[in-house]
Amino acid sequence: MTTSNAQTSQPDSGERPPQSPRSATQVLLTGLRTHMRQYGMLIALAFLVVLFQIWTDGTLLLPNNVSNLIQQNGYILILAMGMMLVIIAGHIDLSVGSVVAFVGAISAVMMVKHDMPWPAALVIALLIGAAAGAWQGFWIAYVGIPSFIVTLAGMLLFRGATQIVLEGQSLAPFPKGFQNIAQGFIPEMGPYTQYHNPTLVIGLVVVVLLIWQEWRDRRRQVAYELEPIPFRLWVLKCVAIAAAIVAFTLTLASFRGVPVVLLIMCALLIGLGYVMRNAVIGRHIYALGGNKAAAKLSGVKDARVTFLVFVNMGVLAALAGCVYAARLNAATPQAGTMFELEAIAAAFIGGASMSGGVGTVLGAVIGGLVLGVLNNGMSLVGIGTDYQQVIKGLVLLAAVGFDVWNKRRVGS
Amino acid sequence: MTAAEEESGAPEARQDERPALLRMRAITKTFPGVRALENVDLDVRPGEIHAVCGENGAGKSTLMKVVSGVHPHGSYEGEMLFDGEPVAFRDIRASERRGVVIIHQELALVPYLSLAENIFLGNENSHRGVISWNETMRRAGELLRRVGLPDPPRTRVADIGVGRQQLVEIAKALSKHVRLLVLDEPTAALNDEDSRNLLELIKQLRDEGITCILISHKLNEIRRVADRVTVLRDGRTIETLTVRENPGDEPQLSEERIIRGMVGRDLDQRFPSRSRYEGADAGELALRVAGWTVRHPIDHQRRVVEDASLTVRRGEIVGLAGLMGAGRTELAMSLFGRSYGRYEAGSVHVAGEEVTTRTVPDAVAHGIAYVTEDRKTYGLNLIDSINRNISLPSLSSLARRGVVDAHAERRVAESFRASMNIKAPTVAEHVGRLSGGNQQKVVLSKWIHADPQILILDEPTRGIDVGAKFEIYTVIDQLAARGKAVLFISSELPELLGMCDRIYTMAAGRVTGELDRADATQESLMRRMTVDRG
Repeated sequence: MTTSNAQTSQPDSGERPPQSPRSATQVLLTGLRTHMRQYGMLIALAFLVVLFQIWTDGTLLLPNNVSNLIQQNGYILILAMGMMLVIIAGHIDLSVGSVVAFVGAISAVMMVKHDMPWPAALVIALLIGAAAGAWQGFWIAYVGIPSFIVTLAGMLLFRGATQIVLEGQSLAPFPKGFQNIAQGFIPEMGPYTQYHNPTLVIGLVVVVLLIWQEWRDRRRQVAYELEPIPFRLWVLKCVAIAAAIVAFTLTLASFRGVPVVLLIMCALLIGLGYVMRNAVIGRHIYALGGNKAAAKLSGVKDARVTFLVFVNMGVLAALAGCVYAARLNAATPQAGTMFELEAIAAAFIGGASMSGGVGTVLGAVIGGLVLGVLNNGMSLVGIGTDYQQVIKGLVLLAAVGFDVWNKRRVGS
Repeated sequence: MTAAEEESGAPEARQDERPALLRMRAITKTFPGVRALENVDLDVRPGEIHAVCGENGAGKSTLMKVVSGVHPHGSYEGEMLFDGEPVAFRDIRASERRGVVIIHQELALVPYLSLAENIFLGNENSHRGVISWNETMRRAGELLRRVGLPDPPRTRVADIGVGRQQLVEIAKALSKHVRLLVLDEPTAALNDEDSRNLLELIKQLRDEGITCILISHKLNEIRRVADRVTVLRDGRTIETLTVRENPGDEPQLSEERIIRGMVGRDLDQRFPSRSRYEGADAGELALRVAGWTVRHPIDHQRRVVEDASLTVRRGEIVGLAGLMGAGRTELAMSLFGRSYGRYEAGSVHVAGEEVTTRTVPDAVAHGIAYVTEDRKTYGLNLIDSINRNISLPSLSSLARRGVVDAHAERRVAESFRASMNIKAPTVAEHVGRLSGGNQQKVVLSKWIHADPQILILDEPTRGIDVGAKFEIYTVIDQLAARGKAVLFISSELPELLGMCDRIYTMAAGRVTGELDRADATQESLMRRMTVDRG
């Protein structure tokens, strides 16, 4: 994403592109056309937000509902990011819902039955997730069993194991510190203002960092003799980004501040996004999904990369499991049912391709948010869960159908 | 080309003979950018075995696709008469209704269905949509007996060897009341005994009145069974020669005569003049392969490469000539990280030391690079950009602590775009949108950037136009001039003669000859490429 969304195809390849509003619109349109998929979903998300904002008479974007929306969808977004990597690598993971339940169960046993301190329990839970991922990754990467089968088996296996560990019962309650992972906020500091102070500071830092990043990108594009987008449009873009973040920050700050789970998600989004864009292993994942044979012949260690992708998925499923258990403040045998399908749907809505090799971590988050806003908005206006399922199914179909149509139109 | 020579070498089909079963007149077929067939004529008489031969890329398979309706009427120019009537096949079904059945090189059988089910696939013995299994089994049994296959009709295709699968294809063709059977390189994947059986069966079918077009480049086979042979070269009919007047006769045509038709083109492609490598280590052995033997990945009985030995020196371009199925690619890929088949025996020495190349990273670490013949399947990630394709094998050299320096990567790609003359708006362009020649330049760039000492180039100029070919020859020459050892695999003999210092020939998995450039001619190479093991 840092690289290519500034390509313009203006006929007049003079020194500086003319900075008239017309050319800016042109650039905007070409940019939209070439990145139809990503922007398309972003626009769809914005549309949904506006739709439900009007439909719910402004309830959707009330500060407490925004916080709620984030906390409600945190675990799905975490799963979706991991799932995106799995799908880019050309695989699928059906077991994540069961792993969520299993890890929740184990952490409940550790903390509720054995009074283990919650940070230690959290670390062990993540290690168990890694082990679960390694178990599945081993069969997929080194033995060569299709991921669909291995994770289908894992879905049954970990669900059964959850019931064994919990003996069919729910376990509760969790220590306060653990609950905070899903329910907590950054503590308030400093003098009383109308807003949550640390949140305002974080928002300001984020705005400065993002604009600095944009500026650096632009300078590099000039240095590489790539035509950057017209200055006026660039300023517009920066203002839009800043405005969105300021609005979001103020919304959060006027309630209880930044939820802990939002911090976790942002860390994952930045970290995984960076790995997928800039790290060798990220490139190898894209290459494997794009053309496995060519990647192997280029020296990509396909088995190792596949294995690591599943280990990563296991850790993220464990993290999601902890977040979910902390949110419910209980570990139940039926936790996480259908989560795998939500995560897979989020990844596909967010631009993943069935055949692998395509997709971004940000796309998974956007896809997850589309589903999340739909869920939340439809509940607020009182649409029953029966109709909600129907609508979500149609949205998934429409998103991927749009992708297929768009690809055929572009002819690639 | 040389029109005069063609005319003198192409005796007109005599009109007083029996009317042709199939007559093709002035068939021209173009693909975007390539003219695959140009004014091709072909006459096939009823009840004959008519061989069609030519080098790879001469247009044989395209012509057969026109015959069978794979390329539908309207996608080519020219006319086609079957049984004296003009025909316009819309698709394969249309040609099959007239009794034209083509058996492709890659068999079209479903491995997990039974022989009987495969024979009647798409043509089931059914009444109102319900299959009559008794009828199916009875008829399948008859057909299998007719092609001499002892397996019961319920056997799964996956459980019989390739040779027998070929017979199942023929049984399938017979079930469609075939009148003209087209076989595309039917023995390419078969061992000697299976080949002999298959050829006997074709003769037997001819005696039963089934006409056969046999595409083959094994000249001894053509001499053994064919009545006449048509030679194609560069998409044109060169000549039709009579192998024997009557089916039982001894062949009256020599292999040399056929070879002359196959290779008799002018050397009008230009090659860069070869530059010398002047380094102190010039002439040192870079690569030595000894006794390399590889078995087929599925059919473990079959040795695809057998006891192959060769050497390449620094600064040397060594050719590896062979026809399709000779085992060149298989040899190269199995050397490169055992990416093909099952290794059985053999050793690799790089710069005098024995090394193992068990995995691709091993091979790369020892300075070996393999540029595949199939760039779309094995060479490129078509849904990714030029710069990311180029950097893939050498990402770690562009990365610090696991993080790729995107700027350095871009610089590298830009420099290759300039030096290799890759025609693309930016290096962020997806490789899938480039033309074949430019894709090939990306594959070459990718491996040149990995800085290997030994490059194995597998058909590096396949499917690209003449201008791009010259550019690629220049790159190859420059590599050798910088002291790299180049193993150049090609089916195009003029290209090998134009570029190489030495040329090995392969046939049926074995190295059948080694010629210095000075001693090599197209004829001498072709003779060594068409020898059979038997």
